[in-house]
Amino acid sequence: MTESVNNLDKIKQSLSRRNRAEKRFRWYGRLAIFIGLAAVMVLFTDIISKGHGAFRITYIELEVTYDQDRIGVENLTDPEQLANGNWEALSKAALRNEFNDVSGRRDKRKLYGLISSGAGFDLKDRLLANPLLLGETEKVWILADDDIDTYYKSWLDGESYAARMSAKQLQWIDELHAQGKIRLQFNSNLFTRGDSREPEQAGIRGAVMGSLLTLILTLLLSFPIGVSAAIYLEEFAPRNRWTDFIEVNINNLAAVPSIIFGLLGLAIFINFFHIPRSVPIVGGLVLTLMTLPTIIITSRAAIKSVPPSIREAALGMGASKYQVVLHHVLPLSLPGMLTGAIIGMAQALGESAPLLMIGMVAFIVDIPAGFSDPATVLPVQIFLWADSPERAFIEKTSAAIMVLLSFLIIMNTVAVWLRKRLERRW
Amino acid sequence: MQATNILILILGLGAFAFFLGRGRSLALAKPLGGIRKLHSLPSYYGLHAAMWCSLPPLFLLAMWMMFDDPLINSIVVESVADEIAPTDAASYNLLLNKISNLADGILPRKGESAVLIAAADHMEALRVISRWSLTALMLTLSGLGLLWGWSRISASFRARPVVEKVMQNILLACACLAIFTTVGIVLSVLFESIQFFRSVPIFDFVFGLEWSPQTAIREDQVGSSGSFGAVPLFVGTLLVSAVAMVVAVPVGLMSAIYLAEYASKSVRTYAKPALEILAGIPTVVYGFFAALTVAPFLRDLGASFGLSVSSESALAAGGVMGVMIIPFISSLADDVITAVPQSMRDGSLAMGATHSETVRRVIIPAALPGIVGGVMLAISRAIGETMIVVMAAGMAAKLTANPLESVTTVTVQIVTLLTGDQEFDSPKTLAAFALGLMLFTVTLLLNIFALHIVKKYREQYD
Amino acid sequence: MTQAATAEKKNPAKKTVAKAVNSLDVSDHQATVGKNFADNAKMTMRNVNVFYDDKQAIHDVSVDIAKNEVIAMIGPSGCGKSTFLRSLNRMNDTVDICRVEGQICMDGEDLYSPKLDVVELRARVGMVFQKPNPFPKSIYENVAYGPKIHGLADTRVDLDEIVENSLRKAGLWEEVKERLHQAGTGLSGGQQQRLCIARAIAVSPEVILMDEPCSALDPIATAKIEELIEELSQNFTIAIVTHSMQQAARVSHRTAYFHLGRLIEVNPTEQVFTMPEHQLTEAYITGRFG
Repeated sequence: MTESVNNLDKIKQSLSRRNRAEKRFRWYGRLAIFIGLAAVMVLFTDIISKGHGAFRITYIELEVTYDQDRIGVENLTDPEQLANGNWEALSKAALRNEFNDVSGRRDKRKLYGLISSGAGFDLKDRLLANPLLLGETEKVWILADDDIDTYYKSWLDGESYAARMSAKQLQWIDELHAQGKIRLQFNSNLFTRGDSREPEQAGIRGAVMGSLLTLILTLLLSFPIGVSAAIYLEEFAPRNRWTDFIEVNINNLAAVPSIIFGLLGLAIFINFFHIPRSVPIVGGLVLTLMTLPTIIITSRAAIKSVPPSIREAALGMGASKYQVVLHHVLPLSLPGMLTGAIIGMAQALGESAPLLMIGMVAFIVDIPAGFSDPATVLPVQIFLWADSPERAFIEKTSAAIMVLLSFLIIMNTVAVWLRKRLERRW
Repeated sequence: MQATNILILILGLGAFAFFLGRGRSLALAKPLGGIRKLHSLPSYYGLHAAMWCSLPPLFLLAMWMMFDDPLINSIVVESVADEIAPTDAASYNLLLNKISNLADGILPRKGESAVLIAAADHMEALRVISRWSLTALMLTLSGLGLLWGWSRISASFRARPVVEKVMQNILLACACLAIFTTVGIVLSVLFESIQFFRSVPIFDFVFGLEWSPQTAIREDQVGSSGSFGAVPLFVGTLLVSAVAMVVAVPVGLMSAIYLAEYASKSVRTYAKPALEILAGIPTVVYGFFAALTVAPFLRDLGASFGLSVSSESALAAGGVMGVMIIPFISSLADDVITAVPQSMRDGSLAMGATHSETVRRVIIPAALPGIVGGVMLAISRAIGETMIVVMAAGMAAKLTANPLESVTTVTVQIVTLLTGDQEFDSPKTLAAFALGLMLFTVTLLLNIFALHIVKKYREQYD
Repeated sequence: MTQAATAEKKNPAKKTVAKAVNSLDVSDHQATVGKNFADNAKMTMRNVNVFYDDKQAIHDVSVDIAKNEVIAMIGPSGCGKSTFLRSLNRMNDTVDICRVEGQICMDGEDLYSPKLDVVELRARVGMVFQKPNPFPKSIYENVAYGPKIHGLADTRVDLDEIVENSLRKAGLWEEVKERLHQAGTGLSGGQQQRLCIARAIAVSPEVILMDEPCSALDPIATAKIEELIEELSQNFTIAIVTHSMQQAARVSHRTAYFHLGRLIEVNPTEQVFTMPEHQLTEAYITGRFG
């Protein structure tokens, strides 16, 4: 008994120290959670604060005269004339008209620098859409140059960034602003155009189409193959070394770095099978191989969750193994498989490293229309823009990231919803 | 005819065969007294016919597509006039490319030598022959298959077992694709690596201390061979991964412990998916974040303390990579911690241990194998991570252990060596495959080992 | 109290026999028969109610545990005896939805008072579980765990002594002294359970709670544990939950019979097994249900 009393004293002495340690430990845990959540918050805030501006872009209002002589086009239906037309002359003339006191080559160059170098082609499209304009004059909102856009937005926000602007340009913009001839508009180019070297002209349409085409192919290939493999492994495979070997392979492939799949695609699909580079076919094939393990693993889990009693019941009715699978197991596990497929597709949508290896990193202006057109994908477009030196591309990149993240959020929400909605509890 | 058109045609024929076979079996069954008299259901007879009609031609198509190009190429190059006949592998490929581009009309024919144009015409002609003979062969095969499948239909024919056997083999083939992929990876990196090691000794590659893969354009330039010592890349990779682990392991582990042991149910339902968001963000986004936000921030922060931090520091890349890996470690650790039986917790708590003593002295030791396995998987992921380091780490191979400096990694070099236009057989591009081989080997070993540990651990508490 | 209950209290035996045995309905039974209370009480429980969410698992139990006695708790499965036992060292705290009402005191100190530190309580009230649960550590580390966390041993020698003494008291020393540093999980089931007992007594608790300690063991191992309980009763107060009536009869001084969350009868063990006061107890020990 004395020993016990002695012990009790010792325990009582240690209590406050131990309770403090307990509290500290709890705080470490809270801190860790906080760090994780803070990272999410900082990341999203950073991207949104950098990218929200890209959804609006600066336009300048100019009076444009569609002067036939200046363009050098007589017949608007002749493609050769259209291609050789001097469309830039239209916008340049309009600028000279607006600021008629500008002279000297340097000042003129600065003046022309106010608007996008692609403005002439926009005017051409406008004219082609309405041929009656030829020879007429109209007021047009013309896309501003990216430097002007960056400056004008920052100036509106109260902290002007004028590093790439000349004093003259600043003055012109002040004038335009005073006359209400410069304003921000919704940036529809971002969603309707392909890539461009000019930030103000660049859009994500091409990349989104490329991603879509690649993903369609990936889904068409990986879902049936993945589900078949899962059915085989869960329902038919004998327990032997070969099956074990297949399983080890699948588990390992799920953890192989994605860039290795890019090397595989480069060596096998491009160098051995001579499929052209940069096309969604190769991208789809590579991403199929990459997402297969994910789909197989989730599909197997879905099949496993179907209770054996259902199989036994069907077998007891005299159904063949295939009939059991096709009529009972597959329909019951389909929701789980679909969830897995969506998660796999979300993974594939965000993947870029292997696609760099197979040439989907090329600069492609045209919007791809088929599986064998050169294309890039959204994450690679983000990579390309992030690498570009122009400041305006930072904004674009962040906006593209926001679009990519929205797609991913939608896909994951659908997956969660599907799981909740269709999940069966046995 | 185009391969895709042939494919559609064959599939259409297959569908036709299905209905034909099904119809015939139904017609057979009627005088016998209904489909009960048949061995199998009518649809199995249909499927049987469809399989005979479409599978052999599809197999032929696959084989043909694999072998017709190399075959045509070798015939064309064999028959080409002596004056342009290739002397080595490089000029062989060059010539072939040229001919093939001429044949496809990618290159204009104007100004090319007559021999080349003749070769291109030859190639074009051969291709046309190949396409038409393929079409003819496939249609014949398909028709024969249909006839055979049709003729086999009778009341006593056991169609179902045959069909199911074929289906099982198709399923097996799908499952084996995983093996083919692994084999494909091994072959593709190994084959190119062996070629690389012919020009650069493997010892110099693995133990060399200098990495500058620039090969000269002209043979006689100084340093034309470049140097391919990969040690700086390995060190850089390890440095970045180590920084990532320093961030990810404590944060991931502690949040897993908090979520599994302390958090109330409502905190768990919200905090867990919120953390998993980090795992769903594409790596290219992390790369952008690291390069444009974290790296400048660290550089300025370092400057204010009088430290010079590179704007492509290993710290920025590794730190952001660590954030990316947090949910990976935390969900794996959460799994293994919740797998520790409740009786362990009860045993310790009943001794008067506080909750944190229980966690530190009983649960973590019990879950250690699983946690170690998870951390190893995370390391393998950090080593193989590409986009973050491509965007936020440097290009220059520097041999340093200072995380404030810029380093380059294996994956960065693979990307820089293989993007852009260069001929395929130069040591520069082959070096990328040798690096790929290293990367694959190391991550494979880590994965196998880690998966083994985790599996053993699971079995222990099952 | 309802009328029926009052009536029943006056004449507990006859009226409810048929009803209770046939329907096992004790909802109108409120009182406990027998000698609940002891003179030299170590622990006193008064009007204890335990709830899981809104489901009541223990109804109004009042009983004493005397110093150095072995009290056995028996009853059909699901009768709440384990729940009751776990509320004696607040192990029920680990279950979020569990709530304890009423008064549980040890040496006059309220165990559920907010001032009391549950760590200290559990050091004073040890517990042995149904399934042996040695930690995945060495035998030595298993026994040394408690003394280490509570800081009971100042030197390595002290610790060695505590470990040896505890293993000796648990009757395991001779079997394991050669392999103290091998894993505790490598022992046989009976040895593991004795290791858990050694682990529990290493911190010299005043009370040891045993929750069906032999249910996972073979008869020979069970016999050893029972022997051990008898020895331990010289130094410790022991409360044991068991599903085996023979075991209760062999090891305990008093026996408490629980039925559907109610304490039906507490009496000296001999009396419970020879002349039970309550019909339900009689029905149970004669094997009419259980």
